[in-house]
Amino acid sequence: MKVKAVAANEVVSVKLLIQHPMETGRRKDQGGNIVPAHFITEVTASHKGQDVFHAEFGPGVSRDPYFAFQFDGAKAGDMLTISWVDNKGSSEKSDFPIVAM
Amino acid sequence: MGISRRQFFRTMAGAFLSLSVMSVLPERLFARWNSGAFKAGKLDDAVRELYGTLPVEDSSAIELTVPEVADDGAFVPVSVSSGMPGITSISIFSETNFSPLVASFDILPRTRPNLSLRIRMAETGKVVVIAKAGDRLYRTSKLVVVSVGGCG
Repeated sequence: MKVKAVAANEVVSVKLLIQHPMETGRRKDQGGNIVPAHFITEVTASHKGQDVFHAEFGPGVSRDPYFAFQFDGAKAGDMLTISWVDNKGSSEKSDFPIVAM
Repeated sequence: MGISRRQFFRTMAGAFLSLSVMSVLPERLFARWNSGAFKAGKLDDAVRELYGTLPVEDSSAIELTVPEVADDGAFVPVSVSSGMPGITSISIFSETNFSPLVASFDILPRTRPNLSLRIRMAETGKVVVIAKAGDRLYRTSKLVVVSVGGCG
């Protein structure tokens, strides 16, 4: 997971890249077999214990999801916690520092 | 003798902790992936699964930015923003996909209604965005011409 969180006037702009195959469950491999669905279902971001972002994804989100959002009320030096979970139960949770613009 | 000062503070701290846990729990419990909406094969069904039967109106207050032509349907950049107050949810759909709902965002008290995401599009069709504010749904859409489909 690559995250860039930049604060300007208490508004934080976050850009994320999560490496994930985001298999739709409809693609066939070279042998003609269906590749099982495997995709991120939820992404959450929290700051000081409060959720500031929550998204539900389906397999229509591109491979290696790259997305951006903004939230209020944090400053450079604070930490942002980001977690995701996929349809097979894999998950990742990490803290990232918010930096000044 | 009654309870000690230390005991009193311990009890109060415990009570406060349980209260704060309880106030967080319902949100956690209900924050579940909406499988009905994501598996719906028609856009209208996906909207109903997500939002029930709230009235929908077309709105120019939601700004949707997409390319007119996408060379690769596997990566179509979509941006959504709005100055409309009171938005609590924004969802992105690709009308022609096998399952039209692509992503649904909770606009929490601290989330700004300003999002971008790369989506898959099976073929040429409309990208539709629905925002919920109060008990109404606001819709905007734009056509994207897809050269090579991105869902195969």
